Amino acid sequence: MHLIGHELDRLEKQLLTLTAVVEESVQLAIKALEECNHELAKKVVDNDAQVNRMEVELEEECLKILALHQPVANDLRMIVVILKINNDLERIADQAVNISERAIAICEVEKVKNRLNIDQMAEKVLDMLGKSLDSLVNTDLKMARAVLDLDDEVDTIHSQNYKEFKDHVRQDPQLVDQLLNYLTVSRHLERIADLATNIAEDVIYLNEGEIIRHTIV
Amino acid sequence: MSNATTLQIDDPIIEVENLDFYYGSSKALHSINLSFPRRKVTALIGPSGCGKSTLLRCFNRMNDLIDISEVQGNILLNGAEVNSSSMDVIELRRRVGMVFQKSNPFPKSIYENVIYGLRIAGVKNKAVLDETVERSLKGAALWDEVKDRLHTSALGLSGGQMQRLCIARAIAVNPEVILMDEPCSALDPKSTARVEELIGELSNDYTIIIVTHNMQQAARVSDYTAFLYEGHLVEFGLTDKMFMKPKKKQTEDYITGRFG
Repeated sequence: MHLIGHELDRLEKQLLTLTAVVEESVQLAIKALEECNHELAKKVVDNDAQVNRMEVELEEECLKILALHQPVANDLRMIVVILKINNDLERIADQAVNISERAIAICEVEKVKNRLNIDQMAEKVLDMLGKSLDSLVNTDLKMARAVLDLDDEVDTIHSQNYKEFKDHVRQDPQLVDQLLNYLTVSRHLERIADLATNIAEDVIYLNEGEIIRHTIV
Repeated sequence: MSNATTLQIDDPIIEVENLDFYYGSSKALHSINLSFPRRKVTALIGPSGCGKSTLLRCFNRMNDLIDISEVQGNILLNGAEVNSSSMDVIELRRRVGMVFQKSNPFPKSIYENVIYGLRIAGVKNKAVLDETVERSLKGAALWDEVKDRLHTSALGLSGGQMQRLCIARAIAVNPEVILMDEPCSALDPKSTARVEELIGELSNDYTIIIVTHNMQQAARVSDYTAFLYEGHLVEFGLTDKMFMKPKKKQTEDYITGRFG
């Protein structure tokens, strides 16, 4: 027999392994873009197969615990949150693959001088992702709330990138293909920021028992 | 219902073949075929009167005590026929121990309760008896609580402790199988959790077959589950599979509380 406490410990370890792989994927994807590194981009795609497998395993474990232990209170919230974060992590890894594919496309043609504001955005998104995962591991609600604030900043950069894209293309229509690649990366980064925000919101739910989604203005 | 959904067990400790059981003219078990995996916990579940306790009592011939009972078919314990006339029933009950719903310590000391089986078998060596008491009480997760009062009456223990004492008494004689008939139904949640944890530990050394009304308990403690209904075996399988995706609709209806 497995006591629920032991089962939850095991589940947490599984989740932490997954977070490590996903965080690495995002870091590699951004590096692949910065350095035009095909090897790194390929590693992200390889990681994704592993992430998909781990996501399914983790979900199966959660379902098993729900069926066999009928958890309540904190245990119940923990499993619900792990199921949701599991899903968010898998989607973050998908976004990392998308960025890697853009990196490969961008590197096939001559580099353009203007890269939109991708570098600063990528830095902020990595920071958000790291903070959201740390807030989960360390039950740090202050850090979780900081993630929510950072999301607004990322959204603002994405809007600026969109505007910048339009301005540059108007000036030089030749740039459209390459700038479109960067704008797409901006969109993927913005999605990762949203998913990191979901994780932070779930950390708050786990500890406070309140669903704060859609309530912050 | 001979088409019960069941699974193949390698090296089973108990094999039940075409078992029919009667209380007088009333048939309580219908052609049960079931193999029990060695050193695992198997739960027997089903509504009241489904035959789960009757089946459990077949394994150490406790039903012999009921005059009007009649058994047909085979029950093999490590390949030997349990109901054979050559089977020594006292020895059978040593090999297949039992823990009941209501704990039933004897009005003796804790020490004497544990070694009761050895005393009957004529063991007198004090070192052997002492060692058995310590090993059994440790095995039943009771040693730390009672080691300083082994010679006081067992009737002074709490309900949960008495039930663990009965488990210690059962394992003192080195059984192969421990049958448990609703072992926690008279215990509070904390004692229940204690006994459930103990069941998990005991399954490292013993085969455990547990009858329980409490489906959550079956889900928590068992490796395998058999679902009986009206004397028929409906489904037998791995507990996690059974509680996540049972093969039979009847099982699904029962474990989800839709029965009726």
